[in-house]
Amino acid sequence: MSFAYAAINHSDTILEPVESFATAPVSLDTLRVGARARVLAVRGEGAVARRLMEMGVVPGAPVRVIKSAPLGDPLEVRVRNYHLALRRNEAQTISVVTSEE
Amino acid sequence: MSSILESPSRAELSNVHAVREARTLVVALAGNPNAGKTSIFNSLTGLRQKVANYPGVTVERKEGVWTLAEELPPASLIDLPGLYSLDAASVDEQIARDVLMGRMPGTPAPDVIVAAVDATNLERNLYLVTQLLETGRPVVVALTMVDMAERQRLEIDCDKLGEALGVRVVAVTAKQRRGLDELARAVLDTVGVEANGAQWRLSPQAEEEVRLLSGEDSSNRADALRELFGDALPEDAARREAVVSARARLASANPQWWQEIVTARYKWIERVAAVAVRGAHTERPSATERIDRLVTHRLFGPLILLLVMGLVFQAIFSWATLPMDLIDRGFGALGELVRAQMPPGLLTDLLVDGVIAGVGGVLVFLPQILLLFFFIALLEDSGYMSRAAFLMDRLMRGVGLHGKAFMPLLSSFACAIPGIMATRTIENPKDRLATIMIAPFMSCSARLPVYTLMIAAFFTERKLFGFISVGALLILSMYLLGIVVAIVVAWILKHTILKSPPPPLVLELPPYRVPNFLNIAQTMRNRSWLFVKRAGTVILTISILLWALMTFPRSPQKPVPDAQEGAAVQAARETGVEARGRPAPETVQTQEGASDEGEQMRQSYAGRLGHLLEPAIAPLGFDWKMGIGLVASFAARETLVSTLSIVYNVGKDAEAESPSLIEAVRNAKRPDGTPAWTPLVAVSMMVFFVLACQCMSTIAIVRRETNSWRWPLFMVAYMLVIAYVASLITFQGGRLLGLG
Repeated sequence: MSFAYAAINHSDTILEPVESFATAPVSLDTLRVGARARVLAVRGEGAVARRLMEMGVVPGAPVRVIKSAPLGDPLEVRVRNYHLALRRNEAQTISVVTSEE
Repeated sequence: MSSILESPSRAELSNVHAVREARTLVVALAGNPNAGKTSIFNSLTGLRQKVANYPGVTVERKEGVWTLAEELPPASLIDLPGLYSLDAASVDEQIARDVLMGRMPGTPAPDVIVAAVDATNLERNLYLVTQLLETGRPVVVALTMVDMAERQRLEIDCDKLGEALGVRVVAVTAKQRRGLDELARAVLDTVGVEANGAQWRLSPQAEEEVRLLSGEDSSNRADALRELFGDALPEDAARREAVVSARARLASANPQWWQEIVTARYKWIERVAAVAVRGAHTERPSATERIDRLVTHRLFGPLILLLVMGLVFQAIFSWATLPMDLIDRGFGALGELVRAQMPPGLLTDLLVDGVIAGVGGVLVFLPQILLLFFFIALLEDSGYMSRAAFLMDRLMRGVGLHGKAFMPLLSSFACAIPGIMATRTIENPKDRLATIMIAPFMSCSARLPVYTLMIAAFFTERKLFGFISVGALLILSMYLLGIVVAIVVAWILKHTILKSPPPPLVLELPPYRVPNFLNIAQTMRNRSWLFVKRAGTVILTISILLWALMTFPRSPQKPVPDAQEGAAVQAARETGVEARGRPAPETVQTQEGASDEGEQMRQSYAGRLGHLLEPAIAPLGFDWKMGIGLVASFAARETLVSTLSIVYNVGKDAEAESPSLIEAVRNAKRPDGTPAWTPLVAVSMMVFFVLACQCMSTIAIVRRETNSWRWPLFMVAYMLVIAYVASLITFQGGRLLGLG
């Protein structure tokens, strides 16, 4: 197989070392609009948590809060170059560390 | 040698020969929602596609014919519902997974899976691809939206991506038909070439458990992973035991052990992307973000939503009336033509009043269905629909429904049929059912003629405080009553038989795109065909049944059937064809003919049913003549008006605002000489019509959309109970207050 394939095979680490973070972990729903953060953990259980992760919200993924809906809920976040809407309930289960710009 | 065979390389040639003798290839098209799958499907198959349902569910099965190479028999291309993951969350996703794994009865396992991958959204789209690779089936990646990616300064090297994934990657721009031939060649090359699987590894402990489950044979790895991390446990008891204990060991070391497989796949994807993608995502806000600043704005967002919904509502409520009238008149004229050409008799009556009227009664819904699905497809395809769900979610959740329930419910104000058909966008079956169950409470346009007649007869002149029209106020109250009851019922359903946690919202807000009008046309065509085929047959059957109810037994005065009498059963004829209370222009009947009609109606089975019903409906203020109206209006609510006209000997063609009908309603007497109708009876009747499911077409469509008779019958029953109780409270309460 190709070199790229081999290179992927050889790497065993799952979590990349994260950069230094300015703040302690908080949950995603507490971030203000426009804030950038990195996912630390998804604490939820069951189908919703699984779906969130399948949509790319996994530890290490950068996220940015875009806005909240007119009635304050749900939230719109940007993750992996696309936009995702999720409720505050769900956002509460996602621990993030904010990154300084 | 043909020119087709000259272009591919030698290796490809041999493959073409190998495939030539074989059976029709089956190719499945899989991909995330919004990945451009439908555009590829339409470009590859053109109009050569057929739509049906998968057995037992209401998920659309789209299959088309794809000419891979001119000298080969065309392949069968299956367009799967969009899915994010093979660990299915919705019914759509389960179906897609079962087809991909070859577990769907009646659908052969695909020879090749074509995975549509959105280049602007590579990482998340590749998640499904890693799972597809793990199935070991032949996979080809069709990279879509490459032009959009370039605009975002993302450059994706298809060859490098293909090397990293271990499969062929072809850039496809469906609109300009670029890359379609290459895709066909790649599919032919890939037949029989199993994918290698994504080369990611779990933590050492998890890998050890996988090794224990799969044994020494590494080809069992995918199965072991599915057993360990999937939802379902294996059938075999010993195997199940092994999986359960493996899960327990992993859980004791790390409570979030189940996340590991998702994280590992994404880490692998990030490395693949690092190899194949050049350029970074720009920080400049995209066009979509700029549009969204307005469209999901705190203030303007709801305003725009209101405007959009107003437009859709206007379209199905009023623009549809012209074509509906035309269909109505067309079938009326056809009926007259047939009646004139055929000898008078039962057969002619059956043909004209049962069959032709029934077919007309089905087709009359088409303008509304086409218009609604034009807008739904337009809003879906452009990306606006997700924004509407985003804006409405908080409100709809208050009722326990999904944000996506908003559109179907709004459409139901025009007509519940297209509204119920539109609930398919709701993934969770319980949320979808709850939405279907309350949709008929939205006051549809067929109720308007009933309201109009009641108000014209009793409330025209009345004003509140000298300037507020009591009639307008009553109509408004009827709409509100329907909405309030719907909210209450939704709440009860969601807390009892359809109990499920509030539907989660994990919703992609896709980039805005110029809608593809071919896709929209296909959706409109497919939906209307499904309606005609499935709901149409039920509507036609009930229509003929109602005709028989009102025709037999024959009137004793007229033992010999004649044409005049045949016309007496117009109520059945007007099965929905009587569009919005505007009857087709027909020959004006003499008063004598009208009384014959009345006689026939009164002594038919429907008339007897009215008598039979009288004790039950007397507490609501209704007599047996109104009972006939209730029975007949099951064909379509507005039929009440024409039925009452016949019963009161006014002639079937009276309109809701016809003076003679209004006069007849005002003058109708009970046997004891008291007036049959009072304003209170009229209000009671309106309340009954808001809440009762007096519509066979609704039942037909619910039967079709839920694939069972249980839900439509439950709906009729519970709505009847609510309507009865509400009418009872209205009438008896009103009498207690001295309003009777």
